[in-house]
Amino acid sequence: MNRTTFKSSLLIAATIAVLTGCGDRLNVLPTQTIDEQNALNTSNDVAVTLIGAYDGVQSGDVLGGAFQYIPDLLGDNAEVRFGGTFGSHQEIWNKTIAKNNTQVAATWIVSYNAINRVNNVLSAIDKVDAASKARIEGEARFLRGFVYFELVKLYAKAWGNGDNATNPGVPLVLTPTRVVDASSNVKRNSVAEVYTQVIDDLTKAESLLPASNGYYATKSAAAAVLSRVYLMQLNYAGARDAANRVIMANRYKLTDTYKENFNTFLNYGGADPSETIFSIQVNQQDGGSSLNTFYGVTIGSVPGTAGRGDVRIQTKHTSSYEAGDDRGTFFTRVGSNVYSLKFVDRYGNVPLIRLAEMYLTRAEANFRLTTTTGAAPLADINLIRARALLPPLTTLTLDIAAILKERKLELMFEGHLLPDLKRTRRSVGSLAWSADALVLPIPQREIDANPNLTQNPGY
Amino acid sequence: MLKLLRISMLLLALLTTLRVSAQDRAVTGKVTSSDDSSPLVGVSVLVKGSTQGATTDANGAYRLSIPNGPNTLVFSYVGFNRQEVAVGNRTALDVVLAIDASDLSEVVITGYGSQIKRDLTGNIAQVKAREIENMPTPSIDQALQGKAAGVYVNAGTGKLGQGVTVRVRGTSSVSASSQPLYVVDGIPVTNEDLGNYGGATNPLADINYNDVESIEILKDASAGAIYGSRAANGVVLITTKRGKAGKTNVSINFQSGVSDATKRVDFLDAKQFADFFRVAAGNRDRRSNINPADADSYTASLFGPDGFFDYYSYGTYGTAKAADYNWQDKAFQKGSINQMDLQLNGGSEKTQFYISGQYLSQNGTLIANSLERLSGRLNLDHQANKWLSVGLNMSLARTLNKRLPGDNAFSNPLQISAISPITPFEDPATGLPAGTPPGEINIPLYYNPIISINYARYAQVGYRNLLQGYAQLNLLTGLRFRSELGVDILNQQEEGYFGSQTVRNQTRAARGIGQNFYTGVLNYNTNNFFSYDRAFGVHTLNATLGMSYQQSQTKFNFVEGTQFPSDAYQRIASAATKSDGSSSETNFRFLSYFLRANYKFANKYLLSLSGRVDGSSRFGSNSRYGFFPAASAGWVLTEEGFLRENRFVSFLKVRASYGLTGNAEIGNFPQLGLFQGDAGYVGAAGQRPSQIGNPDLKWETTTQADIGIDFGLFNNRVSGEVDYYIKKTTGLLLNVQIPSTTGFATQTRNVGELENKGLEFVLNTQNVVGKFTWSTSLNLAANRNKIVNINKQVIDAGLSALTNQAREGQSIGVWWAPEYAGVDPANGNALWYKNTTNTDGSFDRTTTSVYNEAQRVVVGNPNPKLVGGITNTFSFAGFDLSVFFNGVSGNNLSFFGVGQYSSGNGIYEDNQTIDQLQAWTKENPNTDVPEARYLQRNGNQASSRYIYDGSYLRLRTVTFGYNFPKVLVNRLKMEKLRVYVSGMNLLTFTKYKGWDPEVNSDDFTGNIAQGNDFYSPPQPRTILVGLNIGF
Repeated sequence: MNRTTFKSSLLIAATIAVLTGCGDRLNVLPTQTIDEQNALNTSNDVAVTLIGAYDGVQSGDVLGGAFQYIPDLLGDNAEVRFGGTFGSHQEIWNKTIAKNNTQVAATWIVSYNAINRVNNVLSAIDKVDAASKARIEGEARFLRGFVYFELVKLYAKAWGNGDNATNPGVPLVLTPTRVVDASSNVKRNSVAEVYTQVIDDLTKAESLLPASNGYYATKSAAAAVLSRVYLMQLNYAGARDAANRVIMANRYKLTDTYKENFNTFLNYGGADPSETIFSIQVNQQDGGSSLNTFYGVTIGSVPGTAGRGDVRIQTKHTSSYEAGDDRGTFFTRVGSNVYSLKFVDRYGNVPLIRLAEMYLTRAEANFRLTTTTGAAPLADINLIRARALLPPLTTLTLDIAAILKERKLELMFEGHLLPDLKRTRRSVGSLAWSADALVLPIPQREIDANPNLTQNPGY
Repeated sequence: MLKLLRISMLLLALLTTLRVSAQDRAVTGKVTSSDDSSPLVGVSVLVKGSTQGATTDANGAYRLSIPNGPNTLVFSYVGFNRQEVAVGNRTALDVVLAIDASDLSEVVITGYGSQIKRDLTGNIAQVKAREIENMPTPSIDQALQGKAAGVYVNAGTGKLGQGVTVRVRGTSSVSASSQPLYVVDGIPVTNEDLGNYGGATNPLADINYNDVESIEILKDASAGAIYGSRAANGVVLITTKRGKAGKTNVSINFQSGVSDATKRVDFLDAKQFADFFRVAAGNRDRRSNINPADADSYTASLFGPDGFFDYYSYGTYGTAKAADYNWQDKAFQKGSINQMDLQLNGGSEKTQFYISGQYLSQNGTLIANSLERLSGRLNLDHQANKWLSVGLNMSLARTLNKRLPGDNAFSNPLQISAISPITPFEDPATGLPAGTPPGEINIPLYYNPIISINYARYAQVGYRNLLQGYAQLNLLTGLRFRSELGVDILNQQEEGYFGSQTVRNQTRAARGIGQNFYTGVLNYNTNNFFSYDRAFGVHTLNATLGMSYQQSQTKFNFVEGTQFPSDAYQRIASAATKSDGSSSETNFRFLSYFLRANYKFANKYLLSLSGRVDGSSRFGSNSRYGFFPAASAGWVLTEEGFLRENRFVSFLKVRASYGLTGNAEIGNFPQLGLFQGDAGYVGAAGQRPSQIGNPDLKWETTTQADIGIDFGLFNNRVSGEVDYYIKKTTGLLLNVQIPSTTGFATQTRNVGELENKGLEFVLNTQNVVGKFTWSTSLNLAANRNKIVNINKQVIDAGLSALTNQAREGQSIGVWWAPEYAGVDPANGNALWYKNTTNTDGSFDRTTTSVYNEAQRVVVGNPNPKLVGGITNTFSFAGFDLSVFFNGVSGNNLSFFGVGQYSSGNGIYEDNQTIDQLQAWTKENPNTDVPEARYLQRNGNQASSRYIYDGSYLRLRTVTFGYNFPKVLVNRLKMEKLRVYVSGMNLLTFTKYKGWDPEVNSDDFTGNIAQGNDFYSPPQPRTILVGLNIGF
């Protein structure tokens, strides 16, 4: 071994020895994400997680549209036709839903994803500054209560269809998930348990929330959803009082015309009209309403309109408006089909709760209870009719059918069709209100992943 | 690890002190090549029956001491036939060695080293440059199709430059990548999808594979273990050409050709379409108790005033102006290819170079699809002095790919096939393509992809720089140290603009949308290793020991603008609203130590041990380093006395290997429980839980056993290989489906086990030799994939209702759906087999028309049972012909993506495939196409109805060439002049009804999702002519 090579070998051995010291370089942290341990430590952490929860419910599979169009398609009796190539939606409209329906699965998955976000907020609520703690808890409970209410309406038998205490509702998950183990295979809670949780969340939310809160949840928004819950339970007094609280809060005002309630980006650059109590916000960078996707249509002459034009309105529906009803003109013909104009705006907010509904709920509940809490039913109904440019009803012409008809036409395509039919025990075509086909299946994917889930009858 | 290094250093030092003793007399001589009489350097000269030997020096000379008495010298050299010469009384002995015609003496690259094929104990498939050069496909992975046993390639679609599925010995993972590791001249190169439009991009398309000398595919554990945790999917080693000392050779190649799509699918013409839908609407009215004369009837909605036919034909339906429009034809164009290559190589004894340049311009067979590549390479080797050599490889390429949208987009040109044949191509009011503003934009039925072709563009430009420098020290006899430093720089820009005319498809494009994506990947790699290569008499030892470090950083940014003043402005500078933007970064690192020792005794017994320790930033804190060892052995039977004199068997080797490799392609941070800050709500910042953690997460481990036989018969005129392997992957990294009530749909865990086993067969024959030659090369591989255990989970590829799944006991990617049972002759209802188990345990094979009543079963398997290729090469008097077929058999394809709309009994107004004319009617009750029912499902649900046999045999390439005679060529002052014509995909034999049986829709591709057709464009059929000149 001569000296040169010996030296070189030493040099090389040394080089390698140096390089072997780079084991530390294997500790590489992600740049776009943070460890969950570091995610919920400050008041701000919790506040941004709450925003994340709004982002969750904003999805077109949840409050951003699906919770409205699914019950409307399922509750339709030939007033619309679903013409698009979304077979999953057509199944819903035809009321022959396969267990592996992709939309039924998506709505379930994304809803529980949003619920987990809310549960993260509530689990760290003690980290929140005193000044915003009540609001943040209130908003979180509002979102959770709202989503569970929509889930139990879609995936379980209606309140009163059999025994609420034994009818399976949906699983109640109230804590954030950190590990997945056997306890993750949850069972379905009963319909009654889900309603109890929903009322608990919304009641607490109403008491915790401020009266005014930008486009986030408010006291009135919680009361408004509560009025819907009570209405489903046929608790008319509860519904009436909740609706009355919203109206009496005097923060919202019916718009001058019906049309002003919709297409918020085209009309107001994104702001909500005075009548909106709670909406899902949509802007160019964020969100997209699935109501726009399916009900909307691109009108060549109106830039900013969009949609697949899948839900086509039939004359059976358009002819059900009285002559002169302003709402009956809120349609357009594009090509060979007629479409609603409510959701043509590509960036229109999703109107979830409008003041008009509160008047209609108060009117119906007062009428059924023969009370006049807040106002006489006739006055409330005529307020809505007047805005639609219709002549007032009289005590002679006011009956429950007239109230329900007004409610249907006023709130058409806003997700009330099927719940209203079910709670008033009216059928959908030849299907009784209690028919199995009017309840969504538990997604097959969930049944496959969780042996403790039971399927709904009829599937 | 350091300790290990020191010990090995010591061992190496000891070995070199061994010296030969006892010598009686000397023999000297020179060894030359029979080919050109050039001296052969490094020829092993051995005294037969002893351990005494020597090797030839730079002049081919040797000097050897031999014992007194009769002696025989054995001369052996890679690439040449072994020769034995009796010395007698001579003291000078010159020998001429003849070139070995078989491939047994080929040098095979093994990763951090090389070996001759004869001595291999692992399984490495080699593909030589000439087998793939000048193929009219842009990327090297696609060119490998059918060339190597056990390497399955599926290009997916006929779009240019897209990601290609490559599987070496089956899919060995469920959730981690199953693509092989690609290593170019020692650097693991970036090969991930970096696309933001449409299907996966293919970073290999940046490589000019005419620069490639050879491709080695490491298939078994013994060959792969040196790449440790990265080798479970196989390793593809790509070695580029190098200069040779001597005269400078210049080679120029031009080729030019045309291409067309291999196939079209038959759809209804205008009259058939109208007749069909009149029946479909009538049937629906009848079933819904609607009088067809009603204004709200289904019939009226199609055929009434302002109905579908009226509207979508621009009022021409039923008038004299009505015509038949074949929309599908509009999706295709005549493609073309033009390619020019320039290669120079040469140099002096001390310095050699290889320089090349290529220009490739290819237009696809789908409208507006093209790829243009300009690339250059310089490979330099320099011998600085006796102990130091250095070198540099540098390549630079610019690839411009005008891409097409993903298959699932309305703007995918082939989706044009769904448009009703009653709709004119042009809007009569404007003369522009139907649906172009200012005309009526809601015609045709679906968005007209031609509008995107005319008013939208998106182009991907990639700059790729592969740079590698090395220094090699010859330390002691046989001991070398090599240090390599490589950088792979990939800069990719994707620019898109969608004009206001595309608003129906890009709903946000009312005033134009411009987008710009930048992706940069900086991939740095260093290899430092010793190799020791020495023969001690009958013992030959070859060892490699070293380390490797790789770090890769990917940076991405993106900006989007809307509200352009007009479509004349297409850069985001002019966008009034900057509507979106993002930037991100991700990193991964590997630190590895590797060792390999090959030992050969008396040319007959071969033993190899190898292993690698891999650490990676991707593994959880509880399991950061993994060890991947392998061992293999071989026995060359033809070196034994009992076979040596045999005239029939010229070579026979049995070999076996066993070892571990891993799969670390598991994403960069799969082990952490994470929150992500992307959950803002209309301008307010938000975060969300994005991943559920798992600190125990690690690589997947693949244990592979391989036994093989290499044989040569009749003086190696027939040679081949047979291999049987079992490859078990455990600790499968699974995105396990968890109850989504947890807020998460999946969690990544190391559970489960998957198995691939198979048989590979390679046969090369020289059928006719002499003036007329004919040789055949065949490879066949059968692989069976089975998921042994995935914790009883069912993992769904999540496509649509007919999705591939991973299920225990089944091959990966099976389709799980009700089994279609045809049509009820009484009423035209679609039927499915119930396939349920009765209470008494018997199986219920009765049928039902209620879809939900049918139990789902396995209805298809996308994994081919048999894959292979066969090449026949003929040559005579300067003419040569090569005919290459490749084939795939035993797999299924799903046509559901197309069929649920286009073979769906008129549920939607999509144009229907011609077979729908067989739909049930009272007059045609015995059919398997259910009654047509407009807007109502009748059999278009997911079922075996849309699962087809995907087997095919394809005449992949035919090349016919002529080399002009040397006399003539020399008179033209040239060395070589060759002309050729070549055809690709000229014939396809298949029963598949869709466009192309080689399909893997780009929007639905993964380990589980395979074999789905979603209006996926077929492969091109190309014919080209070429000219090759050498100086």
